[in-house]
Amino acid sequence: MTTAEHEHGSSADHALEHSHPGATTYVLVGVVLAIITLVEVFLYTQESVRSFLVPLLLVLSAAKFATVVGFYMHLKYDHPLFFGVFGFGLLVGASVITALLFLFGQYPLPAHAG
Amino acid sequence: MTHTAVPVIVDSGAAPPALEAPLELEHPHTSTGQDNRKLLMWAFLASDCMFFGTLIATYMVYKNRSLTGPYPREIFDVPYTSVSAFVLLLSSLTMVLALSSIQRGEERKLRIWLGATALLGCVFLAGQFYEFTTFYREGLTLSTNLFGSTFFTLTGFHGTHVFIGVFWLASLVVHSFRGKLHREHSLLVEIAGLYWHFVDIVWILIFTLVYLIPD
Repeated sequence: MTTAEHEHGSSADHALEHSHPGATTYVLVGVVLAIITLVEVFLYTQESVRSFLVPLLLVLSAAKFATVVGFYMHLKYDHPLFFGVFGFGLLVGASVITALLFLFGQYPLPAHAG
Repeated sequence: MTHTAVPVIVDSGAAPPALEAPLELEHPHTSTGQDNRKLLMWAFLASDCMFFGTLIATYMVYKNRSLTGPYPREIFDVPYTSVSAFVLLLSSLTMVLALSSIQRGEERKLRIWLGATALLGCVFLAGQFYEFTTFYREGLTLSTNLFGSTFFTLTGFHGTHVFIGVFWLASLVVHSFRGKLHREHSLLVEIAGLYWHFVDIVWILIFTLVYLIPD
């Protein structure tokens, strides 16, 4: 590798570093994820929130999912093409789950009167 | 011809690249302007979303439809599984720290964080093995009831993904020890990281939908 190439490589690495968050952000995100998991387990043990436990857990789980994808997988910082590709698969996966749950009557739709 | 992992820098002036000089990133010469290996990994992860979507849907459709026990409430140990969830979350953190290290050219730290990630993956797998054997001793097998079939299929496939990830990370550590993994190869670590984080987000969903949401 020539000196010029080496300089270019180093500059590229600098640019790449700047496009991704640093170690401090990663640790902070890790702490947030750990706290959300603790909250999830705490809610699971509480009888008082039993009636709305499912939506609460789903929201917290979605928050963890989005945080990992956004910060650790860098989808928040990367090219929108990656978001589009992954988002399509995610949408299909989520649609399959939702459709099958309704289709097999886990969450029956309200019957029409008359 | 393969494309370089690190984008080429186009310097705007004749002066040597200084920190204050504006830098332009030139994207890889592909039809999308993005590295094809990274794009392929995202496409694979998208397909894996559909794969795990069907497994999760199957588990949920057959939830509470087992005619015989053991039932989830009788055998799940949520505090124990919470520790497993923490271990996998922690491994995601060590994985991004490994990526951050190689991007800064700190190869010793890279090996430490990659090794830590692989080790945490092994701890998760050991925990899953213990859980599976405990369930087996309590009478739950793949063919006992609908719960057993769907639970073992879903978590078993996830465990297989973790196993492959551990193998991948270990190979990166070996490559690094052999002096074949430097900062210009950071994309290789980033792609392995994408896979590893995906394994983590799948567990985030499984932990909530299978273990925490009551019958």
